[in-house]
Amino acid sequence: MIRILRQIFRTGIVTEELPHEVDAEIRATGSRLEEVIRRRFRGSLTIRQVDAGSCNGCELEIHAINNPIYNCERFGIHFTASPRFADMLLVTGPVTHNMEIALRRTYVATPPPKLVVAVGDCGCNGGVFGESYASLGGVQKVIPVDVFVPGCPPTPTALLQGILKAIEG
Amino acid sequence: MSMLKDAITSLLGADARFVDGYQEPVRVLFCTVPRDKFVEAARSMKKAYALLAAEWATDETPFGRGYGIFACYRWGSEYLIVKTEAPADDPTFPSLTKKYVPAFRFERQIQSLMGLTPVNHPDTRPWIKFEDWPEDAWPLRKSFDPSQRLARVEGEYRWIKSDGEGVYEIPVGPVHAGIIEPGHFRFQAVGEDVLNLEERLGYVHKGIEKRFESLPWEQGFRLAGRVSGDTTVAHSLGYCMALESLTRCNPPERAHWLRALFLERERIANHLGDIGAICNDAAFAFMLYQMMRLKESLLRTNHRLFGHRFIMDRVVPGGVAVDIDPRGRDEILAELDRLSRDFEKLVVIYEENPSIEDRVRTTGVLKPKTAREICAVGIVARASGMNLDCRIFNPFPPYDQYDRLELDVPVMITGDVHARTWVRVREVRESIRIIRWILENMPAGPISVPVPAAAPDKAGFAAVEGWRGEIIYWLQSGPQGQINRCMVRDPSSVNWLGLEQSIHGNIVPDFPLCNKSFNQSYSGHDL
Repeated sequence: MIRILRQIFRTGIVTEELPHEVDAEIRATGSRLEEVIRRRFRGSLTIRQVDAGSCNGCELEIHAINNPIYNCERFGIHFTASPRFADMLLVTGPVTHNMEIALRRTYVATPPPKLVVAVGDCGCNGGVFGESYASLGGVQKVIPVDVFVPGCPPTPTALLQGILKAIEG
Repeated sequence: MSMLKDAITSLLGADARFVDGYQEPVRVLFCTVPRDKFVEAARSMKKAYALLAAEWATDETPFGRGYGIFACYRWGSEYLIVKTEAPADDPTFPSLTKKYVPAFRFERQIQSLMGLTPVNHPDTRPWIKFEDWPEDAWPLRKSFDPSQRLARVEGEYRWIKSDGEGVYEIPVGPVHAGIIEPGHFRFQAVGEDVLNLEERLGYVHKGIEKRFESLPWEQGFRLAGRVSGDTTVAHSLGYCMALESLTRCNPPERAHWLRALFLERERIANHLGDIGAICNDAAFAFMLYQMMRLKESLLRTNHRLFGHRFIMDRVVPGGVAVDIDPRGRDEILAELDRLSRDFEKLVVIYEENPSIEDRVRTTGVLKPKTAREICAVGIVARASGMNLDCRIFNPFPPYDQYDRLELDVPVMITGDVHARTWVRVREVRESIRIIRWILENMPAGPISVPVPAAAPDKAGFAAVEGWRGEIIYWLQSGPQGQINRCMVRDPSSVNWLGLEQSIHGNIVPDFPLCNKSFNQSYSGHDL
């Protein structure tokens, strides 16, 4: 136990003020996120992530915005297990034929405002998988999309900016 | 002298026809057998203690032939590919499932996607293809138009059922509770005890193998890099090496070393994430955050030095797309010092924490015998007593310098969650050591060469040790030298069977922990 405590204290808070490399921009993103979430979502934005055929690359970056360095919870962003509690769906992948029904059902189960953010090049337009018998070629082909976040995969910063764009409406 | 060649010829004699000049590299043996001897060939392999690495089919109608069915066997460092043919008007082949368990899913997949019937297969339910696809939709056949939208038809999947007092069923997925890929798991349980787990995958089938056939050779590596996003380096490497074998292209020495560098960085990053996530699923969140911190620092260095956090699209046919300068080298060396120091502290915490130990030991045991039966590969196999690693058995430079590199392959025999975690811990240490060694000894020179055009009707094979395990690519060129078939075998194609086998006797709440310790790819499996 003492080792755990020592490691915790020695590590300290690694959460970045907001990533340095893009500072001005992301600094603004973070504080605006916090502000908009406080104002429009009573301080808590709840997101349900749906993988509709992604290669898992986007999921790694969505995990990263939860890591101690990006720490999206400080802005009031929380990932939920059920679409029924979600304000927003974060959808990755070109939407496969086999995931189409599951994605539609998830959308139906989500209460308003049902914001949808399509993540990654394939979420935007099918990416390298294109449009075929198995890939429908983008989230918009199946459910209405509010914001597109391109990138293969998009960086954690781009993801946070995409989320901000969606809630600013 | 080859064990496998001897084994097959001693049983089949002249029926096993070894073909020269068709498939590269030459050390991967290739032979054809008559269709009625296909099972006999498997029997000879089984007797020689070989494992089944993959089974797949090709549509060879563009060559004026029928269908080809291939089984790839592995014994130590030897690979043998056995091919048989089925005429176009009789698309059947004898099933190998009774000899080799992993053939069970390979053959269901062949039946679903290529429309060849495995005769005597115990389970004819489709796999990856869902029940709502038209029955005659066989995407891998040349006559199938990949641009069509599939109609949905009525159909029902026959789940394995169990009944009795107090037996109930838990369906999970495809949309899971966390940020993970989609798949469906169905448990039969009594109280908390799992009686049976049945997986159903295929939700992320994107038609990757068909898509390859419409791409020019030089673009395929981008698609390969997205077969499984967490293994992007190893997959594009598998594709590039298979293509380089097929075209007899020799990438420069430095390119090989850089590829090994990328491969090891990918291994460390994923293992760190997994160790953290396994602990997190045992409610030890501290470890997740610590490990994610270390992983993030690796990814950022990747981005700074190589231009991409996961080093995606940096392994290209003929070499690599990005070099490293002395400053970059120093940066990585300094980073590894920090990483190694922090990592060792965390490992001590993991080892000395009784509450995590209580959860991970004797949980989700994949017995060595079962692991062998399902022909497991990679970390899963090494945690269950199998000494397999392509870096040793099928090496490319610098791994072929055994005496200088002295690669240590960790093997555990308990096969539980702890063993799979501990194999990762030891591999992280080993990868750190390898990267240091690579950076200190890397030869100078060019980093890529042009790839010659592919000759028609040839095949190329490659096996690469990704962080999950052995990845196999098998490429076949068509009559005009284009891609006729690209077979991808992610480690997940066989290791998913291991998860089903390891869950018996465990309780439902331990499933996420077991699943995370396997951490197989859905995308790499479904293709």
